[in-house]
Amino acid sequence: MKAETLARLQDERAAQRPVVLLTRLTDGAEHLWPLDAVSDALAEAARAALGSEKAGTVTIDGEPWFIHPHNPPLRIIVVGAVHIAQAMAPMAAPLGFQMIVVDPRRAFATEERLPGVTLNTDWPDDAMAVLKPDARTAVVTLTHDPKLDDPALDAALKSDAFYIGALGSRRTHAKRVARLTELGHGAGAMARIHAPVGLDIEAVTAPEIALSVMAEIVAARRGAALGDPRPLPAPAEGRISIGIPA
Amino acid sequence: MTDTTHSEDILATAAAWRAAGEQVAIATVVETWGSSPRPAGSRLAVTASGRLAGSVSGGCIEGAVADAAKQAMASGAPKLLDFGVSDERAWEVGLSCGGKVKVFVEPLA
Repeated sequence: MKAETLARLQDERAAQRPVVLLTRLTDGAEHLWPLDAVSDALAEAARAALGSEKAGTVTIDGEPWFIHPHNPPLRIIVVGAVHIAQAMAPMAAPLGFQMIVVDPRRAFATEERLPGVTLNTDWPDDAMAVLKPDARTAVVTLTHDPKLDDPALDAALKSDAFYIGALGSRRTHAKRVARLTELGHGAGAMARIHAPVGLDIEAVTAPEIALSVMAEIVAARRGAALGDPRPLPAPAEGRISIGIPA
Repeated sequence: MTDTTHSEDILATAAAWRAAGEQVAIATVVETWGSSPRPAGSRLAVTASGRLAGSVSGGCIEGAVADAAKQAMASGAPKLLDFGVSDERAWEVGLSCGGKVKVFVEPLA
């Protein structure tokens, strides 16, 4: 790879623009799409690779090209700059996620508590309108405060977010479902919410809960069955796997 | 889904090594068959001085790839390497998982 190509590729990635590295395997000739002018066939292969997020070798005009897409990181929007968010923060980047924490309570949302995390101190409805969750975004609410969690969940349910999780016990969640239903969300929307949030690993501490949430997000991203939301529990069930009892 | 958002930024490491005056080569998995441990797009950065970052397998072929990387740095020419069970050399370097993998090795110049 030419040092100049590497520098341009890193610039695009730093600016969070999707870019595809095209390398001819016979001699190492390389292009960056869409920055460089390339043949229609190469451009089409590049576009497809960005969509599928899959790198691979294709033969174009009898020559093997390695098509290597670099999409911007997936995002995790966390509502609530709480202890669990702090524990999630150092896990996010190595797992390929950019983490954004939304919390209008400025005492919580500080650089000191969440170094290196993008902070947004707007109210969650305003923040979500700007952040625009998409199919490459996970949304997790952690505040326990309906004033903060509900508007974020409302926005998330109206988006294509690939994962929506809400901290709170089953009882808390039942009340939440009632409120979100009143906002006009149906059973299909409710079935998208992971609650109690996180894989059931009997997590107790904030880092354990963070691990269970991150694992569930990875499972959802990779299409593992574990990443599917669990069906709504029967209210009689007393055990609380994750979260603070209401 | 294959990793395209590289959490461990091997390219950033390679750039930093080069900026520090090291001679660097980059190896990339470009094709896989069967149960190869790392998907296409996985990268290994190698320096002439012997530093390694990232991976192109579960550790089975990194040694052979690092040797090829040093040759590529010396010659300045890229090379496409084949590892697989049908390849006797693969047994030598121990790709015993039953997978096959092609690795493109090129100097960072």
